Amino acid sequence: MNIAGENGPMAAGRKKAATTKRPAAAGRGAGRVLALVATRKGAWLYRSDASRRSWQADGPHFLGHIINHLVLDPRDGQTLLAAAKTGHLGPTVFRSTDLGRSWKEAAQPPAFPKLPEGQKGRAVDHTFWLTPGHASERGTWYAGTSPQGLFRSEDGGATWHPVSGLNDNTQYRAWMGGEQDGAPDGPKLHSINIDPRDPKHLYMAMSSGGVHESTDAGRSWAPIVKGLEVVEGFDRSNLSFHDPHCVRLCPSNPDRLYQQNHCGIYRLDRPSEEWVRIGKSMPKKVGDVGFPMVIHPRDDDTVWVFPMDGQTVWPRTSPGGIAGAYVTRNAGRTWQRLAAGLPEGQVWWTVKRQAMTADGHDPVGLYFGTTSGELWASRDEGSRWACIARHLPEIYAVETAPLS
Amino acid sequence: MKVLIPGPLLSYTKSREVEAAGATFAELLSDLDRQYPGIRFRVIDEQDRMRRHMRFFVNGEQVFDLARSLRPTDSVQIVQALSGG
Repeated sequence: MNIAGENGPMAAGRKKAATTKRPAAAGRGAGRVLALVATRKGAWLYRSDASRRSWQADGPHFLGHIINHLVLDPRDGQTLLAAAKTGHLGPTVFRSTDLGRSWKEAAQPPAFPKLPEGQKGRAVDHTFWLTPGHASERGTWYAGTSPQGLFRSEDGGATWHPVSGLNDNTQYRAWMGGEQDGAPDGPKLHSINIDPRDPKHLYMAMSSGGVHESTDAGRSWAPIVKGLEVVEGFDRSNLSFHDPHCVRLCPSNPDRLYQQNHCGIYRLDRPSEEWVRIGKSMPKKVGDVGFPMVIHPRDDDTVWVFPMDGQTVWPRTSPGGIAGAYVTRNAGRTWQRLAAGLPEGQVWWTVKRQAMTADGHDPVGLYFGTTSGELWASRDEGSRWACIARHLPEIYAVETAPLS
Repeated sequence: MKVLIPGPLLSYTKSREVEAAGATFAELLSDLDRQYPGIRFRVIDEQDRMRRHMRFFVNGEQVFDLARSLRPTDSVQIVQALSGG
């Protein structure tokens, strides 16, 4: 979880800094950071010193469990939720109310309703995405699952209930497609964003299935896919061909969203409903395919991406074996490569959609975890990178939170 | 009756062998879940289907139907398949 509430809640009331190219320090400075790392084989917590140079590992937690997301509740700074399963056992959610010292399993993890005998009901394969609810709704959380489902908890993640307005909507079920219509390890609902001005105003995305908005707390939904491209030869009016990889709402400007899609990088400025492709200005040999999308906590013109090779058979590796983040500081007009400190070649890992994030300090700290199990950080907004940890399992998600 | 528990579920039972009761396999699983909350959902999904990588045996014979009847003298084994990744 971003200190500034990348998904919204803690951003309420923050002053927009859209015209500031590089926001001046306002006493924020550096500070201790908690990095929450979810991997294919367990979870780790890394605690930094105040300079963010030195890190202490705490883990593994749940060794052997597939942890898709590990998120701290920014409303209390204590409650951690972990989306877990194993290769053999079904999915569940673990909760800690003491920053990971002890864990308790959710009494009722996300699960679809049981259908009558003879009808084929859906079963949650794994909970993929966790988002704390609005700042005004303490204890409320949302979860996105594979196959695509939206779930809500109102008791801090102990019991979860399906959001029927989405999960049982026949049109949406058609757009979700079958098990073969999504990401390699199952179709997913992800990128749950809550408007910091209105707890009923939600965005979410489905891979596959497109980007959608609700203004009534999930009871009804409408697609927002105008301007988004789909794979060549497919019909973009069919929502099941849309594959948004990661959608983020700007903490400093909730009317602006950015998206890393299967087919490019986009920006949306509400009330417009048309996405603008801003990835065309990326270098041609790098392209604008990738998974993560990271937004500056105080500047809605600044975002970071981590490009990936999406050509031919979709290697999902660094393009040409050369890794690097890219930043725009003008809302996508131009991009700069940020690779100082990273290996210079023969890099065949990449960064998954939840595995890159920012902290709230000034300068902003950036963090990403690789498919090869390395955790990298930058204390200066990506100008220089340093490796925090190596030899971890494949990293699925990285979140940060401030440590007092 | 005696129920043999696989390693991945020891975090629930703390013991390789536990006692549970039920006239059917479904009832037995309910009793296990009452004693060890959460254990059932890790092995049976919300549509009452056995999870893909779990196997269930009664007196050495594999069970595919939750309605299978049980006797108090039966011996039950829950096993994880040699798969899962």
